Amino acid sequence: MNTKVKQVMQTYRRSPFSLAMRVMLIVSIAFTVGILAFILIYILANGIPYITPSLFSMEYTSENVSMLPSIITTLMLVAASLVISMPFGIFTAVYLVEYAAKGSRIVEVIRLTTETLSGIPSIVYGLFGNIFFVTVLGWKYSFLAGVMTISIMILPLIMRTAEEALIAVPQDWRQASFGLGAGNLRTVFKIVLPSAVPGILSGVILAIGRVVGETAALIYTLGTMAKIPDSFFSSGRTLALHMWVLSGEGLHINQAYATAVVLVVIVVAINALSGLVAKKLQRR
Amino acid sequence: MNKFEINNLDLYYGNFHALKNINMHIKPNTVTAFIGPSGCGKSTFLRTLNRMNDLVEGCRITGEVLMDGKNVYHNTDVNLLRKNVGMVFQKPNPFPMSVYNNIAYGPRTHGITKKAQLDEIVEKSLRDAAIWDEVKDRLHKSAMGLSGGQQQRLCIARALAVKPQVLLMDEPTSALDPISTAKVEDLVMELKKDYTIVMVTHNMQQAMRASDETAFFLLGEMIEKAPTGKLFSMPQDKRCEDYITGRFG
Repeated sequence: MNTKVKQVMQTYRRSPFSLAMRVMLIVSIAFTVGILAFILIYILANGIPYITPSLFSMEYTSENVSMLPSIITTLMLVAASLVISMPFGIFTAVYLVEYAAKGSRIVEVIRLTTETLSGIPSIVYGLFGNIFFVTVLGWKYSFLAGVMTISIMILPLIMRTAEEALIAVPQDWRQASFGLGAGNLRTVFKIVLPSAVPGILSGVILAIGRVVGETAALIYTLGTMAKIPDSFFSSGRTLALHMWVLSGEGLHINQAYATAVVLVVIVVAINALSGLVAKKLQRR
Repeated sequence: MNKFEINNLDLYYGNFHALKNINMHIKPNTVTAFIGPSGCGKSTFLRTLNRMNDLVEGCRITGEVLMDGKNVYHNTDVNLLRKNVGMVFQKPNPFPMSVYNNIAYGPRTHGITKKAQLDEIVEKSLRDAAIWDEVKDRLHKSAMGLSGGQQQRLCIARALAVKPQVLLMDEPTSALDPISTAKVEDLVMELKKDYTIVMVTHNMQQAMRASDETAFFLLGEMIEKAPTGKLFSMPQDKRCEDYITGRFG
């Protein structure tokens, strides 16, 4: 045992409980980081050798199993579903926090609804989308059906985080604004929403993460056609779906790992980017 | 002509009778201080003057609050009222934006958008609040970086920027150190030339130093109101005497 360790042990001589806590802490950290590191290394080791230029060709064929169409479809799906669910989610939250009378019935109903919605497994959303959008509305397997289903799925997530972010804005600022003769609308748009942006954004990031990683809700709505959808009514395939199909077919397991690598990189990039954006907005 | 005339004012929070039959006159260009133990209704009363109590759920008011002879609870644009009756709060509460934008927020709210005009208002307000020299080199940096005392004077400047007639101050120095407190008190004396000031304080020395009239509140009632010197030297009511001599509260 070297002297440094000895020194540290010395300090714990009279408090074995602290030592036990410290050991537990280190074990928990090692466990958490270890699992993440193992998954990442496993995926990278299995996937990176199979990342080839042909995986990124514009057209998918059963030989090159290109993932580029899926990447583009994923980005399109993320953008379209955010365009739908962000305004609804954020403005519902604004209503609940800034306008609705406290303890009113409608607030209770909305809260209960969103809590229930966020607990529903995604496959159930998939089934609902399949029955309602794909069959009843006759949209077939289509980009639109996928977008609508996903939007409904991430709506409660965005709403809840936006609500939390708005509640966290100090009451003092609202009072100051009202005290200067600003109305509700100006207070919300000039004072409350700008200070809640980082919180709202973190909800949006979580939502993006869910969209990128989602398969179950999309299998029965977006379908699995391996090309970029050329209209709202044509089918497509996101990156996660692409991976699911490749590994399910069993012929391109290595390419499935390569896809996983790209998926991980995209998720990490999104997180880093949104972290930067949040920081920038906060500094203003 | 009185700036404010309050007649038979009662205020309830739900079933709680928070203010009981308040009658008061407030003269223009004076500093009126409200004193009394915690929970006596002095802040609540202050907030009836610019209707900040409207924001409190379950708050009900009867009686009249006349400002320049006009009832503020009847046919009044609340936003205009709050422009004319500015407010400074207990805790300094600058917005999380630059010093300049903090001051310009009020004028912009009321439709002033020209840069030159805003520049002028910002400088004048900061000068009037005796903080211009401390912030003139950092107008475009965040107001959150100022000290507590500077933040409070910034909030006073922000209130002045909309050109109010009355300034309500709710324990404006309770979160400040003695030096900042002295600065704010000097400022109050200076500002009464142009504004009518109503101030809540839990500090009797402050009321003595900085006010012309003092009103004593207890359990939702206004017990006594008199010129400050008179109230502190010859209180008429026993309860008021007990309070200012430190027998309770």
